[in-house]
Amino acid sequence: MTQSVVVQVGQCGNQVGYRFWDLALREHAYVNKKGLYDEAISMNETHTNLAGGSVQAVLVDMEEGVVNQIRQGPLKDVFDSTQLLTDVSGSGNNWAMGYMTYGSAYREQIIEKLRKMAEHCDCLQCFFLIHSMGGGTGSGLGTRVLRLLEDEFPEVCRIVTSVYPSEEDDVVTSPYNSVLAMRELSEYADCVLPVENQSLMNIVNRIRRYSGKTGSAVRMDSTVISGHGGLSTGEKPFDAMNNIVANLLLHVTSSARFQGSLNMDLNEIPMNLVPFPRLHYLVPSLTPLYSLADVSMPPRRVDQMFSDAFSKEQQLIGAEPRHSLYLACALLLRGDVGVSDLQRNIQRLRPTLPFVWWNQEGWKAGLCSVPPFGHTHSLLALANNTCLKATFSRLKERFMKLYRKKAHLHHYLHVEGLEQSTFSEAVSSLSSLIAEYQQLDNTKDRVIPNAPRLSIAT
Amino acid sequence: MSVVTVQLGQCGNQVGLELFDVISNDAREAQRRTYGSACYDRFFHQTTNGELEARAVLIDMEPKVINHSMTKAAKSGKWRYGEKSHFSQKQGSGNNWANGFCVHGPRNKEVVEELVRREVERCERLAGLMPIMSVAGGTGSGVGTYVTQCLRDTFPKSFILNHLMWPYSTGEVIVQNYNSVLTLAKLYRLSDAILVHENNTIHRICSQLLNIKHITFSDVNRVIAHQLGSVLQPALTQDSYGTYSRNPLGIDWQVRPPSNFERTRGLPTHNFNRSLANLLILRGKDVYSAETGNFEEPALYTSWLPSNEAFNAWKSTVPFDKYEKSATLVNNSQSLLLPLDNIVEKAWNMFASRAYVHQYTKYGITEEDFLESFTSLEQVISSYRHLC
Ligand SMILES: Nc1nc2c(ncn2[C@@H]2O[C@H](COP(=O)(O)OP(=O)(O)OP(=O)(O)O)[C@@H](O)[C@H]2O)c(=O)[nH]1
Ligand SMILES: Nc1nc2c(ncn2[C@@H]2O[C@H](COP(=O)(O)OP(=O)(O)OP(=O)(O)O)[C@@H](O)[C@H]2O)c(=O)[nH]1
Ligand SMILES: [Mg+2]
Ligand SMILES: [Mg+2]
Repeated sequence: MTQSVVVQVGQCGNQVGYRFWDLALREHAYVNKKGLYDEAISMNETHTNLAGGSVQAVLVDMEEGVVNQIRQGPLKDVFDSTQLLTDVSGSGNNWAMGYMTYGSAYREQIIEKLRKMAEHCDCLQCFFLIHSMGGGTGSGLGTRVLRLLEDEFPEVCRIVTSVYPSEEDDVVTSPYNSVLAMRELSEYADCVLPVENQSLMNIVNRIRRYSGKTGSAVRMDSTVISGHGGLSTGEKPFDAMNNIVANLLLHVTSSARFQGSLNMDLNEIPMNLVPFPRLHYLVPSLTPLYSLADVSMPPRRVDQMFSDAFSKEQQLIGAEPRHSLYLACALLLRGDVGVSDLQRNIQRLRPTLPFVWWNQEGWKAGLCSVPPFGHTHSLLALANNTCLKATFSRLKERFMKLYRKKAHLHHYLHVEGLEQSTFSEAVSSLSSLIAEYQQLDNTKDRVIPNAPRLSIAT
Repeated sequence: MSVVTVQLGQCGNQVGLELFDVISNDAREAQRRTYGSACYDRFFHQTTNGELEARAVLIDMEPKVINHSMTKAAKSGKWRYGEKSHFSQKQGSGNNWANGFCVHGPRNKEVVEELVRREVERCERLAGLMPIMSVAGGTGSGVGTYVTQCLRDTFPKSFILNHLMWPYSTGEVIVQNYNSVLTLAKLYRLSDAILVHENNTIHRICSQLLNIKHITFSDVNRVIAHQLGSVLQPALTQDSYGTYSRNPLGIDWQVRPPSNFERTRGLPTHNFNRSLANLLILRGKDVYSAETGNFEEPALYTSWLPSNEAFNAWKSTVPFDKYEKSATLVNNSQSLLLPLDNIVEKAWNMFASRAYVHQYTKYGITEEDFLESFTSLEQVISSYRHLC
């Protein structure tokens, strides 16, 4: 059996991570009760670890608040103190503080904790980093950790879940932090699953509106929106949004946690979805979110779920992949969905979606038989799509608006180890990423003939 | 004469399981003792307490599938895999041929060779080795190719037949065409014969001929096992004088045109399928009165190999797998041209943009290795296309 280690950094990282563990434990408890495991799975170490109390996670924050809450909350027995690392004053929304100051101060300690976790694993397959892009700790120290992972565990896959700030984020310097962090993500991650707070907020508001109506089909106890019924009690402001991100992670890890007829190993995700090293940002969309299932689900609803995964409302970032170019697409299914549902829907949707000329059949699928709690089935689509060009361009504009005026720059330049060139290098890294997407996007409506074949002397 | 099967990767281990199941059932229900015992001798050996143990080695880089196949075989109560005839690691090759071929293969060379050697030493007479695998994933294709190469070195004179599963055209492994190209180019040089099943074709058989509604891999694999079994089970050839002595794998399938052969005729028309060689296997009732003259029509074959050499028929009056009569055709012809050309074309388009290549170079194969593989498959395509 293979294992993964979750590394959650900063406030956002730890709050999302907390929701993930809460839901994962609940999912496993439920599945055990129902006896859904087969023999092979009850041997699964991830599961015994989950249920037995020790969870493969490292929690890092340069403030104490969130981690202390976790320490005192209902999951307190799940983590032990060797897995935690905190400081008191935070990075003050400054990437450079996180990356340089704390990154250097805590380097050895972090490596030590990571090694300890790795030793617990029989076969360590993947690190999941969870963090936000907008603050200082998650963004700065988080990406520093990513780099440490590359140095210390070069063979272990690194999948990063990054929460991008909304356009009107409280943190003024969030565009700086995000762009500085992105350069690290582009260099050192195997895959990044970007999530935008604005999109999460829109989804949560839509669900609330639906569930406000009488007789609606939305089940508020479903894990997609509510943490209610989980191990924790009382909802915090970001909880509903974080549950969506937690569900994204539950999906990605489901094949490793449960049985399925078409298993998708975690290292198959970058292998199949990343055609060029830096283009490893995968747009996630999760369904069903607000059109929730009633229990007896006719096949039409399964088809609806597939269609929804490609609609704008279900994307976890503000983008529309349908109208851009797909480089590759993965469908991770959970619950009572079969190979024939999969084949039928791929055939149905395929003509409506533009795929790059050299990857016209760029689909990868995984089937996990255990659905998320409260659902009969669900789908996570991960799209490598040129729509990210627009998302990243907007971020760059926000960055440039500050950078042209050199606003707040001195906070960064004060930090030991940071040079001004870091900023220009980060922008040009982002620009060239955007250009790579643009170049591919340009091929979209062109009819490109097959590459001329090698000619053979006969 | 015995065959040692090497099951590689998920597909190889699932198809292999079905194959041994079909063969053991068929042998047990056979009306003739000579047929039954010839078959047992080919594919099984008896343990000291009389149990049937498959002459097979199971290899995968992750444990789940092998565990499943071992357990399922043991549960059948009829046969099982050898307690120690398997090897697995903790983590698959992640659909990456290079990871299988350059990393997992060499790393586990000794163990795997030892397992095969042990199985070979149990055979009184070795007819040949048969690796079974898919070409689309990472382990079957990459490790499978590497293992075939090792077998070629260790058993230079033995007959090696690779049974390959070609992928569905869509929906499973995005890099499947790369993996297929890299596998086929190498095996073409290593193997004595390559026997191919296409998942799409078998799927169609399941849906259109067998009317199965929700088709699973298990359904697909039963069809494959049935076809494979009917090729590999004992049968009589014209010169075998009533005993099942022939080498079940040992026909010379690598027919090559004479080197100085002049290509004088024009290109064949598209709807005509020219054969190099055909093998027809008839089993059950009336096999000796069956009319096979059409298969001997010289126009079907090349001008340089007379039809009496290009066509072979094997016969057995023992019905196979409960079918009163059955006929199986193994066809070395232009019919593979289209699917092969398709795979190469898709992989080549991808390669023209260098998409996904970094995933392979990371494990030590180079762009030149890709080019070499493309070149040798273009050569194969060209030779088949210009058969005349
Ligand atoms: N979705 C979500 N976003 C959050 C959460 N907490 C903070 N954010 C967002 O994350 C960004 C701020 O980063 P934080 O994670 O709070 O900062 P940090 O990593 O702790 O860094 P410092 O506080 O500067 O040390 C802003 O864009 C917030 O909107 C959360 O729980 N969920
Ligand atoms: N007919 C048939 N095809 C299968 C089966 N299992 C997998 N495949 C096909 O095999 C290909 C995938 O290769 P696998 O055999 O699963 O991969 P693997 O060799 O285990 O390699 P990795 O998992 O990448 O390490 C796809 O084309 C599947 O359609 C099976 O039981 N029967
Ligand atoms: Mg903080
Ligand atoms: Mg496998």
